[in-house]
Amino acid sequence: MTDIVYFSSTSGNTHRFVEKLGRAAARIPLYARDEPLRVSEPYVLVVPTYGGGETKGAVPKQVIRFLNDEHNRSLIRGVIGAGNTNFGTAFCVAGDIIAAKCKVPHMYRFEVLGTPDDVRIVHDGLEEFWKQQP
Amino acid sequence: MIDKLKLVSHVDAINWNKIEDEKDVEVWNRLTNNFWLPEKIPLSNDVQSWNTLTPVEQQLTMRVFTGLTLLDTIQGTVGAVSLIPDAITPHEEAVYTNIAFMESVHAKSYSSIFSTLASTKEIDEAFRWSTENVNLQRKAEIVMDYYQGDDPLKRKVASVLLESFLFYSGFYLPMYFSSRARLTNTADLIRLIIRDEAVHGYYIGYKYQKGLEAATPERREEMKNYTFELMYELYENEVQYTQDLYDEVGLTEDVKKFLHYNANKALMNLGYEAMFPKAVTDVNPAILSALSPNADENHDFFSGSGSSYVIGKAVNTEDADWDF
Repeated sequence: MTDIVYFSSTSGNTHRFVEKLGRAAARIPLYARDEPLRVSEPYVLVVPTYGGGETKGAVPKQVIRFLNDEHNRSLIRGVIGAGNTNFGTAFCVAGDIIAAKCKVPHMYRFEVLGTPDDVRIVHDGLEEFWKQQP
Repeated sequence: MIDKLKLVSHVDAINWNKIEDEKDVEVWNRLTNNFWLPEKIPLSNDVQSWNTLTPVEQQLTMRVFTGLTLLDTIQGTVGAVSLIPDAITPHEEAVYTNIAFMESVHAKSYSSIFSTLASTKEIDEAFRWSTENVNLQRKAEIVMDYYQGDDPLKRKVASVLLESFLFYSGFYLPMYFSSRARLTNTADLIRLIIRDEAVHGYYIGYKYQKGLEAATPERREEMKNYTFELMYELYENEVQYTQDLYDEVGLTEDVKKFLHYNANKALMNLGYEAMFPKAVTDVNPAILSALSPNADENHDFFSGSGSSYVIGKAVNTEDADWDF
């Protein structure tokens, strides 16, 4: 069962966080020429914030493309944001935007690759969360 | 002591229509969109606030800012420039020229703050202090050594530790003042510098990791050990420097947490695991809020009852690219 969908640029920071969670995960493709991702089960979205200080452009284009598919959008259950407090008001703002648009909780925020504490909290938290889902 | 000038040996006309690494374009766009100059910030509105600081606080501020000036000068004149001959793509070279120039803008910004708030005598005294403080000079020396060495990956590590770690003993103070509604325009300027340094640390760290991909396992192990050794060396020095500055105002322990927190992020920018555990990175929430106004919102849906989670606010959701 794939219960995480994530986006990560070529820097691979978010990819590495998701890898450490050790759960089945699907990556949103990087390039427009790639086959779009279509999901079949409920998932939590892990998303980094782009841009630098402004809301515009904060959500990666690839994630917008994925969520513009209504079927994909109907299965989202939560968002986890990646970012850096050094970006000020833009810190994890992509997670806020998606949470508001999709009416799901912005469950957690981590910086860069996430610390071991972040990994533990999210790992255990998701375990519990999926148990409680109908 | 001028070493032989090292330059890129061969240059082709740069073609921005043929991109080898998309990250170069992304970061170039981010940096140019973030461009700013100190003249745009109404620093003179801080004069009144400056006059409410105690003489000790004023002196501390001047010293902190000369220390930051030195680091920005190093990074602008030597650090970012030293990375150019190591660049893999022509666009990477161009990004470093942007980074070098912005570091010079940062260095000049502190002079704008000085001339707005302080007298020539105070400015001169602070600059003299910066040349005489052993720990500040030591950190400059450590980094300068690696910039002049012959290992491109080690240069990048030194650069990321400077951009993402060494600045923070200094950045703490304007964030602290800002959390108490003092020198707020100065804090706005410093936040712009922090934003730039964050992009620089991220990008140079990314290029470091690209370089490591091509390395042998032995070399990777060597670089990892080197990185952590350099971090320890700089950290020890940084603690002493922090004591020199902040003992008198009783903030040293609070600043150290901020150092740990940023050391972790510097290591992560290089692709390594965070080194300091949660127990010593619990930065004062007021400082985090000064850095990022929404940083202290509760976003831990997983702990507690689950009733405290935050659904994003209705504001901040305008996004032209978004078309459900």
